[in-house]
Amino acid sequence: MSPASRGRLLVWGGYAAVLLAAPLLFRSGFALSLLCQMGIVVIFALSYNMQLGQTGLLSFGHAVYYGLGALFTIHALNLVQAGWKIPVTLLPLVGGLAGLVFGVILGYVTTRRAGTTFAMISLGVGEMVAACSLMFPAFFGGEAGVSGNRQSGGPMLGVSYGPQIQVYYLIAAWLIICTAGIFALTRTPLGRMANAVRDNPERAQFVGYDPRRVRFFMVTLSGFFAGVAGGLAAINYEIVTAETLSASTSGLVLLATYLGGIGFFAGPIAGAIVVTLIQMGLSSLTHAWPFYFGALFVATVLFVPGGLASLAVLHVRLWHAKLLARALGVYARMAVPALAVLGIVVFMVELAYKGAEDPPIPLTLMGVDIDSGSAGNWIASLVVLVAAMAAVRWAWRRVAPRWGEIEAALAGNRA
Amino acid sequence: MQLVVTSLLNGVTYGLLLFMLSSGLTLIFSMMGVLNFAHASFYMLGAYFGYAISTKLGFWPALALSPLIVGSIGAAVERYGLRRAHATGHVSELLFTFGIAFMVEEAVRVVWGKQPVPYKIPDVLDGPLFTLYSSTFPTYKVFMMAVSLSMLGALYLALTRTRVGLVIRAALTRPDMVEALGHDVPRVFMLVFGGGSALAALAGVIGGNAFVTDPSMAASLGPIVFVVVVVGGLGSLTGAFVASLFIGIVQTFAVAVDYSVRDLGNAVGFNASAFPTVARITLSQLAPVLPYFIMVAMLVVRPRGLLGTRES
Repeated sequence: MSPASRGRLLVWGGYAAVLLAAPLLFRSGFALSLLCQMGIVVIFALSYNMQLGQTGLLSFGHAVYYGLGALFTIHALNLVQAGWKIPVTLLPLVGGLAGLVFGVILGYVTTRRAGTTFAMISLGVGEMVAACSLMFPAFFGGEAGVSGNRQSGGPMLGVSYGPQIQVYYLIAAWLIICTAGIFALTRTPLGRMANAVRDNPERAQFVGYDPRRVRFFMVTLSGFFAGVAGGLAAINYEIVTAETLSASTSGLVLLATYLGGIGFFAGPIAGAIVVTLIQMGLSSLTHAWPFYFGALFVATVLFVPGGLASLAVLHVRLWHAKLLARALGVYARMAVPALAVLGIVVFMVELAYKGAEDPPIPLTLMGVDIDSGSAGNWIASLVVLVAAMAAVRWAWRRVAPRWGEIEAALAGNRA
Repeated sequence: MQLVVTSLLNGVTYGLLLFMLSSGLTLIFSMMGVLNFAHASFYMLGAYFGYAISTKLGFWPALALSPLIVGSIGAAVERYGLRRAHATGHVSELLFTFGIAFMVEEAVRVVWGKQPVPYKIPDVLDGPLFTLYSSTFPTYKVFMMAVSLSMLGALYLALTRTRVGLVIRAALTRPDMVEALGHDVPRVFMLVFGGGSALAALAGVIGGNAFVTDPSMAASLGPIVFVVVVVGGLGSLTGAFVASLFIGIVQTFAVAVDYSVRDLGNAVGFNASAFPTVARITLSQLAPVLPYFIMVAMLVVRPRGLLGTRES
């Protein structure tokens, strides 16, 4: 066995092992539902990256495929309840097919253009489908949503999908299938042409490929996988509301994928995990979590366009080049001022949240009540913020040459 | 007849408001290639600042101050954020403005709460102005029309008759050449971005009290403005104007008219009762979807929009 294929086997075997072992390590009910949600978001984000990362299509309406997949699955689930003989295990396929069909219909309209126009059109089409939910309440479920019962198929080979753990393994199995499928697709001529169309559509056209068709196929296939994710969501939550295909769901998958890193296959996986953790973890700590989430995203766009995956890759390369210790030295020098800025920003946001209550509630910090309504506290924290930002600038000026040396050494090492 | 005239007037008012947003968006897009996702957020900020200032100082100072504040916020966003994102390409810029829109909505929710704020029409402008076929037309709608028309007139004059306008128009097509002639093009960009934001904010000040001022107003109007820009043709101001009025009027008419699909079917001699779900849909239910249908139809028939020139 060649080292490359052994490495590949190791990665995929490890992936499967992690998925198998995860519920054994985290046994609580909360952890299990978190893992289920993660699995669904991972598939959704991977399917999104087929468009954004691999074909260069920035879509603001990807939730359409996810939501329609979920809706068709939940209706199929209700048909099973009514006596149809479809195994629940295969129901995500219904969602996938729904995603595929709508990918063909909507993709025909959206992929006529690329770039910024595609982004706008995908937004419009997404809004259109979301607005349709008001017109057809029988199918979309109106305000209450459509609910189903995942046990309606009855037990099959001892699997009834009553306990959450069985649903987890269903999601894990589909996750492996989808990951393998999406990865395999990147190795096909279509996947390669998608990269070519992303990088230089004119040259792809010169070689004899129609960029529009390549985009169309990629959107359609990514619609399929998004539909599978939606189908799993329908089985997991047993309810599908209009929010599933709204713009906010589309926004969330965009944030998750970009945060993870669109240039790497594993990026969306990391992003989906982090975003789910933020959603669940941070939302129990503070009401301001969407604000932090947005700030994190803006910071990623501005400072780390490659996302988490590019950071990881950078550090692995530093490690190999034996430069990691020097890089850590730079981080240590930047840590104090950077943490000061972060701390004061968080303090101000929390203060604003408390102050917005009517009447303003004081912010309790280490047993001390801080008046959120007083102007003095605001001016003081603004002064501290400006000072901390100046400190960051000053510290960066001092370490910038050192960082430049590390980068130069890394580039030289590679060459 | 009464319905037609009233709806037409309402539609033109709404369309002009749309144009105040889409003109800024179009200018920013054709100049910098940036599709500003946060444009409707500046509209929302304008409405909220307008509300906050009008409770303290009154409506008229708010009309002037709010666009100024939001314009400087927009300029700052361009100077310290967008210019940085520009280095990594258009997708980064788009994503950056998307993130800004996300944060603005959340910040508004924090400061002013989730519920709509009671942003009232000033007393002077409250009440009917004239009567048309036994129904009255409110003074405020006329005021809105007057503000948007005079603003757009001023914009037109500024672009065609002043030196700054000349530089802006030159930078639209040949930014390198303008830079070579010694003009600070990045500063022109900042100016245009700030100006577009101020225009959106002005629309917010006069639109916020006519419609609703709540944290979801940006998310609900933003996509419509995008539709206007696509239908009018990317980068064409005239196209944006025509499309704004068209979509404004179509949407207003759809809301006002109470026909269902069944009635339409009867009118053409087709019995739609065989499809009960479809037959029950009324035209006013269709109103929120209509702009998107128009956009999709436009893309199928004429992908570059009404008056657009470029293909991509």
